[in-house]
Amino acid sequence: MRVDALMQDSDTQAAADRAAQRAPAPAGQPARVTIGQAHEAIPGQDEVGEGTVGAPFVDRAKMSARQVNVYYGEKQAIVDVSLDIAENEVIAMIGPSGCGKSTFLRSLNRMNEIIPYCRIDGSITLDGEDIYARGQDIVLLRARVGMVFQKPNPFPKSIYENVAYGPRIHGLAHSKAELDEIVEMSLRRAGLFEEVKDQLDKPGTGLSGGQQQRLCIARAIAVSPEVILMDEPCSALDPIATARIEELIDELRAKFTIVIVTHSMQQAARVSQRTAYFHLGKLIEVGGTKEIFTTPQHRLTENYITGRFG
Amino acid sequence: MSEELKSPEATAIIRRSLRKRYAREQRFRWYGRIAVASGFAFLVLLLADIFVKGAPAFSHQYLRLPVTFDSAVLGVDATRLAEQAHGADFAGIVRAGLREHFPDVGGREEKKQLYRLVSLSAEYQLRDMLLADPQLLDSTVDVWLPAHSEAAGYLKGQVTREVPQSERRVNDQQMAWLDVLAQQGRTDARFNWTFFTAGDSREPEMAGIKAALYGSFFTLLVTFCIAFPIGVLAAVYLQEFAPRNRLTDLIEININNLAAVPSIVFGLLGLAVFINFLEMPRSAPLVGGLVLALMTLPTIIITARAAIGAVSPSIREAALGVGASQLQTVFHHVVPVAMPGILTGSIIGMAQALGETAPLLMIGMVAFIMETPAGVTEPATVLPVQIFLWADSPERGFTEKTSAAIIVLLGFLMAMNALAIYLRRRFERK
Repeated sequence: MRVDALMQDSDTQAAADRAAQRAPAPAGQPARVTIGQAHEAIPGQDEVGEGTVGAPFVDRAKMSARQVNVYYGEKQAIVDVSLDIAENEVIAMIGPSGCGKSTFLRSLNRMNEIIPYCRIDGSITLDGEDIYARGQDIVLLRARVGMVFQKPNPFPKSIYENVAYGPRIHGLAHSKAELDEIVEMSLRRAGLFEEVKDQLDKPGTGLSGGQQQRLCIARAIAVSPEVILMDEPCSALDPIATARIEELIDELRAKFTIVIVTHSMQQAARVSQRTAYFHLGKLIEVGGTKEIFTTPQHRLTENYITGRFG
Repeated sequence: MSEELKSPEATAIIRRSLRKRYAREQRFRWYGRIAVASGFAFLVLLLADIFVKGAPAFSHQYLRLPVTFDSAVLGVDATRLAEQAHGADFAGIVRAGLREHFPDVGGREEKKQLYRLVSLSAEYQLRDMLLADPQLLDSTVDVWLPAHSEAAGYLKGQVTREVPQSERRVNDQQMAWLDVLAQQGRTDARFNWTFFTAGDSREPEMAGIKAALYGSFFTLLVTFCIAFPIGVLAAVYLQEFAPRNRLTDLIEININNLAAVPSIVFGLLGLAVFINFLEMPRSAPLVGGLVLALMTLPTIIITARAAIGAVSPSIREAALGVGASQLQTVFHHVVPVAMPGILTGSIIGMAQALGETAPLLMIGMVAFIMETPAGVTEPATVLPVQIFLWADSPERGFTEKTSAAIIVLLGFLMAMNALAIYLRRRFERK
């Protein structure tokens, strides 16, 4: 099954059926997916179990993580996570607080490296290239894998400068006119241009929370990344601003691959095509969003989405 | 377990305790007010004292005397005036003018007393007058000449007849002459420009602050040009780039200790290294500035590090997230945001340097400087050292100069702070 076929498939159920063929899961007994050869499924483990149920892998992955472990000093935050992220999909990461979904997200553009005692092993590839390989340039990686943060964090500069900063430092524009074009384009894509076109020289910090977050999205897409990571982008926003961002995410999917961490299951259901459920640092279940929310295979997933905990 | 507390009882207990709590709060407020008020009172007292003592120094008494530019007394002739003027006896025509105005003064001693009414600087003033207008030669004009500082002290009312004659340097006879001049309308108080245009002098009425002001300016310029960039860059490196290990811990501890080293130690270091080893000129603002830069560096590094550390991590993440390198993140985003704090710290360091005396004594900036320095390598003194020198002088006239110099120093300080506040506002607005 081709990934783009999955994306274009309007009939999600059909896609889910096909996904189910890839990972047949008898009812009541979670199917275990064997990762590589090193990872063997051991039956009869505790609830969390080893390995991941559902369909963590796709045929043409934009990014793939294999047996990723992340440690903060002594504490292990991520345990053996293997997951593919397909091109032009929105994949949502859900799970209770402290389950490691944000940590996993931040390891996708090596943002964890800001924390001095953070350590990571396993491999994460972008277009088949290991992003943790020696010689892999972190600046280039972050230009290719952009990020939108939980709290809107525009630079304390003008709206224009906020968007123009990335293209400028990367030398993406050869003239002022080109830069203006990139700024306008990015703001339009982020659905903010009409609101701010007369005040581009005003500070970005003066906008409302929702506008600030869209400005941050504009800033992220201005450098034309391939993947955009969003770390609970709506958690500080009101429902109207949230709806606006969700619409935006859906529009952006055509051009970018989006990984979104969210606490809101409704949001995951609304914006994503695939959903990954994390629990205590482990990736429990991955699958088409519809299946995850209608027919979860793992008991923990079911408990979480039905609101029994989390 | 005790009986269960019923809600009304609990309410009653809380109500009883409320009064005590509020009383405690009120008491604390009053302690605070008293502390602030006493601090303010001391400040007002200090400033009032300085201003009352220093204000007379900003005006000076002038005496209007008839002066004849007699070519015979001066020993010049009209054709070669320019070259002969410097050797000419201008003091002679001042004396002649005084004798003419008080014709009944006789006796060597009495004449000497009479001559002491006019400042020594009168002759320079007359020389400049004649050079500017050679037509004055052999004519008589009424000229306002600066009074001698002792005479001026009497005219300003700082010395009175009540003081026994043996304890004052203006005797009764001189007072009588001054009274005569005052009655004739031949005395006048004018703004003392000399104070701002002259260097140090043995004569209080001729002493000015200009040389010390320039000395302070050049010294601080050197200090700032060295301490600010080095301090800020060191802080940026230590805070943002350096690995956290034993070596950087050791460096941090040493920087903190250096901030507490007595300033005179830096003076000794400057003497040993800059003057004795590197053979830089003595008494020069260059060396003074270097020594003060060493002294100021720890302050700037510590405050700059604190300011940089206080920048929200979200700004760093935002910049790194769009692919800025660490250097770009730091210099495009972190340092600009931290700039107001860095500037505040630097200005505190500079203010310390401005008021510093001890290390400068060690490197010879305590010299008697009459000429205004034109550069950082010329001999100079600085405001606090000038204050120290004047405070040490026995002449009555230097007392007011001391306070006036303190006022100038405070003015300098306020100007520096105003500049810092202005810069901070500009950075904050961005």
